[in-house]
Amino acid sequence: MSYLLRHPGEVGLRLLQHLELVAIAIGIAFALALPLGTLAARNARVRGPLLGFLGALYTLPSLAVFGYLVPYFGLGLVTTEIALVAYAQMILVRNVTLGISGVPAAMREAALGLGMTPWQTYWRVEIPQALPVIVGGVRLATVATVSIATLAGKIDAGGLGALLFAGLDNDDSNRIIAGSVAAAALAIGADLALRGVERLAIGRSR
Amino acid sequence: MSGGGAPVRIANLVVTYPGSDRRAVDDVSLDAAAGELVVLLGPSGCGKSTLLRTINRLVVPDSGTVTIDGEDVAGSSAETLRRGIGYVIQAVGLFPHMSVGRNIGIVPELLGWERAQVDARIDELLALVQLDPARYRTRLPRELSGGEQQRVGVARAIAARPRVLLMDEPFGAVDAVVRAALQDETLRIHRALGTTIFFVTHDVDEALRMADRIVIMSAGTIVQADTPLRLLANPATPYVDRLLDAHDAVRRLQLMPVREAMAPPGAGPMPTQGAIDGARTLREALSAFLEGADTLAVTDADRPIGTLAFDDVRRAIASTEASTRA
Repeated sequence: MSYLLRHPGEVGLRLLQHLELVAIAIGIAFALALPLGTLAARNARVRGPLLGFLGALYTLPSLAVFGYLVPYFGLGLVTTEIALVAYAQMILVRNVTLGISGVPAAMREAALGLGMTPWQTYWRVEIPQALPVIVGGVRLATVATVSIATLAGKIDAGGLGALLFAGLDNDDSNRIIAGSVAAAALAIGADLALRGVERLAIGRSR
Repeated sequence: MSGGGAPVRIANLVVTYPGSDRRAVDDVSLDAAAGELVVLLGPSGCGKSTLLRTINRLVVPDSGTVTIDGEDVAGSSAETLRRGIGYVIQAVGLFPHMSVGRNIGIVPELLGWERAQVDARIDELLALVQLDPARYRTRLPRELSGGEQQRVGVARAIAARPRVLLMDEPFGAVDAVVRAALQDETLRIHRALGTTIFFVTHDVDEALRMADRIVIMSAGTIVQADTPLRLLANPATPYVDRLLDAHDAVRRLQLMPVREAMAPPGAGPMPTQGAIDGARTLREALSAFLEGADTLAVTDADRPIGTLAFDDVRRAIASTEASTRA
């Protein structure tokens, strides 16, 4: 704790870096997962193989994935984001798929029957209906990513991991504690904030 | 207001679902006059819903045509077509994340009406289906009872003043008493607007009650299409006979005295086509209607005590249904 109190500037900077790593990863991952999950929800032949592949990806040890990627993409931000996006896909795609396929067929039919285009039906009926499940996926993926993103500290991409690994290398338990506490706080904070969003989404879609 | 209904002509329609070698609709032709209320009746799987859904192109036929007011439904974009046709399904069709008002305003909004125009129309429709606009406009569908939700469903379907309205088992999810009220309301709206209505049901009593004409379907074909009265009198096949008999409507008429279904004297113009004793059964009255009477005088020891029209018989069928099932 004492390190945190004596170096609030440094811890704060690492925290912001960490948040940035996570935000970029979740942003890109969501942009990919929405079309992929929608495709999987519409097409059973895509669903099995896609979710199977992402599930297999998810089981790879994260440290090893960072290790595999460094020779191709070097140290730093690019490697970190590729790894984080890959891990987030599993949860996000699965939840988008569940959310969209959970919308009753009759609801979709009613939308089309009233004269909505397929695009309007998707954005105005299916997505709002699926939103609680999708936001739930974003929440789980975000918390997992906050944790995995500490590995970025090992490959010069900054974030709270940099504090942790500096502490480990120098046998400085104060820095380890400061990094851990900040990472935990970030994960809990993100979880609470997204739970709030989830509740709003549930309130609007029931 | 673009008034009234449009004539609908279905010609030689064939529908086969992918992966099935049986025809869901097998060479069906059917004309509905402008403003007619046509009930499609039959057990599930007989093709009645499929036939209904070819009218707004939710189902595309293998061959045959559907024309509304002389225009082929395949001639315009599916969205344009559907915005001009009302569509009601069971309560699940309301969008739970939108307020009652927004649900009702969907089609006018899709058609690009001005905001103020849409809002005025929402209030007008809520009043039409007897829900207080101030109380209901901003509520969510889940805060409404099943019957109220279904009224909203009807209001939504007629929001943009369609000349054709499709109703697919619209009252299947509500109890018998509420269903009778919704049937009344639909008939009232039908009389007021003159919309051509196609109404799908598997409920014989509902069909007898609502229809100008009942189209009985089985295995993708039309078995018989006629007015409720003539169907009861002359079932064309044993199938129709069983279908009607299984639902007991006629047998129940045998149990009900005329005086319980009659209108008080003076409620309508005095009849000229005969008289019936108030203690006779409605089944006997039905025979008189079949012989050509429109309205009968109801008598008690030759003294007139009321009048009976075929509509009164229909109402009686519906009310016994409501009380036996409630």
